[in-house]
Amino acid sequence: MTLIKDRKEKIGLHVMKNENWKKPVYETNGLNVWYGTSHALKNIDLTINEKEVTAIIGPSGCGKSTYLKTLNRMVETARDVHISGNVTFMGNAILGKAMPVELLRSKVGMVFQKPNPFPKSIYENVAFGPRIHGIRNKVMLDVIVEDSLRKAALWDEVKDRLHKSAYGLSGGQQQRLCIARCLAIDPEVILMDEPTSALDPVSTHKVEELIATIKNDVTIAIVTHNMQQASRISDRTAFFLNGEIVECDRTSTLFSTPEDSRTNDYINGRFG
Amino acid sequence: MSSIQPSEKMRTRDVIAAAKKRERFGKLVPHILLVVTSLTVLATLGIVYTLLKETFIFFTHINVSDFVFGTEWAPFSNGSPAFGVLPLLIGTLKIALVALLIAVPVGLACAIFLSEYASPKVKKIIKPIIELLAGIPTIVYGFFALTFVTPFLQTLIPSLKLFNALSAGIVVGIMILPMIVSLSEDALSAVPATFREGAYALGSTRFETAIKVVIPAAVSGIASSIILAASRAVGETMIVSLAAGSTPAFNLDLTGSIQTMTSYIVQVATGDAGYGTTIYYSIYAVGFMLFLFTFLMNRTALYVKTKFREDY
Repeated sequence: MTLIKDRKEKIGLHVMKNENWKKPVYETNGLNVWYGTSHALKNIDLTINEKEVTAIIGPSGCGKSTYLKTLNRMVETARDVHISGNVTFMGNAILGKAMPVELLRSKVGMVFQKPNPFPKSIYENVAFGPRIHGIRNKVMLDVIVEDSLRKAALWDEVKDRLHKSAYGLSGGQQQRLCIARCLAIDPEVILMDEPTSALDPVSTHKVEELIATIKNDVTIAIVTHNMQQASRISDRTAFFLNGEIVECDRTSTLFSTPEDSRTNDYINGRFG
Repeated sequence: MSSIQPSEKMRTRDVIAAAKKRERFGKLVPHILLVVTSLTVLATLGIVYTLLKETFIFFTHINVSDFVFGTEWAPFSNGSPAFGVLPLLIGTLKIALVALLIAVPVGLACAIFLSEYASPKVKKIIKPIIELLAGIPTIVYGFFALTFVTPFLQTLIPSLKLFNALSAGIVVGIMILPMIVSLSEDALSAVPATFREGAYALGSTRFETAIKVVIPAAVSGIASSIILAASRAVGETMIVSLAAGSTPAFNLDLTGSIQTMTSYIVQVATGDAGYGTTIYYSIYAVGFMLFLFTFLMNRTALYVKTKFREDY
């Protein structure tokens, strides 16, 4: 039995490694974003594949966060934003009036730099998403909450205090709660905007482990300024610089044999 | 290292002397401030003392339970004056209730619009206009109630008396509106943007975000703004004196003339009740009751604000 299982896994891994086999979740073509007159993203072409972790790296101000926020259109909450180009999510154009943002965001979760649980109980935080998307049944909500917290590796730590404030949790637990809150809406993608930059190393490690487990169910795009993190957890990496994509490749390739000298300089810490 | 020249020594001495002078003055400052602060506290204590003293004398004339539970207020009756405060209390509550029914929904709607929907530009125009309402003297509100709101309401409710609780209550509601708008809006705006982002990112609309995340997070501030506004409505004098009449009424009718605690005090204080009479002392008893009311409400507002604040 175990042998068969091992072999299956090996075959699975082999198939996973085949780039072409992957289905794209996000396809970006010629994306430009301006904040007022400042040109934040220039002609971005990038594909994010299903059930992969795509890391977006680059120095501060390179546009990596802007790109991530374009994917769930949170970028539009800033003032004076202009967007041109084409972004599709599972084959559907998402920019402009093509898709209601609420619908898009009900399929795409986001985890922010600083943990931002709502000032409600742990339970209510996780149940928030399902509730606004129309799930009223108490039993169903209970199941979703437990399931999401288990997936976020938080259940054992909080099962006895589900109805206590989320702000009684540590920073790392809060961030995992925010991930559980995303998982509760059963998203196709989770966007993570430097999710561990406000956490201590132990909490960071736990979040990274969590990413490694949930990527079997959900596609992840993660912005990070930590290159070790990108190399540890991601399958593919895109390097942004001054609002442009310099290089995007399999993580192992990009970190070992980068094509562009600027990528090489950045990953070796010569700037940024 | 060169030795210090005599002139430089002088300068050093001057500098030290000046510093010492500043230090002496600096040490004096807290004492001066303490004296000024004590004056404020003394004034408060003095007012409470006067109120209590005269109230005490009133209760040597009239039984406490007759005052607190009496349903007839007829101090000017020649035959059998009655000092049951309930009609005044009910009159006050009618005003406060009507005022809150107007001010709470409208005020909260304004506050939500300003904090969640309005662009900074719109907010910059609208907020000062609403706050302008707070600058209007209450006597003007009183005239507005008497000469505009009452005649207008009479076209809708023909049985409405010239002096009535309804129009006075509505106008008191308009008066306390800026308080609710301003304080609630502050409470809503103080809710961190990260909560809104979290809710938007899960697919909530602006309205869902406002109702399910922002308002619950600001509920202590909103509740305390409502209680403070209620306390202001209870203490409001000029509007009710002008527009609500001076007939103590122990009923739940809003269309007729009433008398509130405050307007009774005005009636006596501006009339010619002799010093030392029961009527004279009665205004202190009513005043004390009013004080107790608003004091408790203010304390409640403070309690609600600290106790129910959500920690984040």
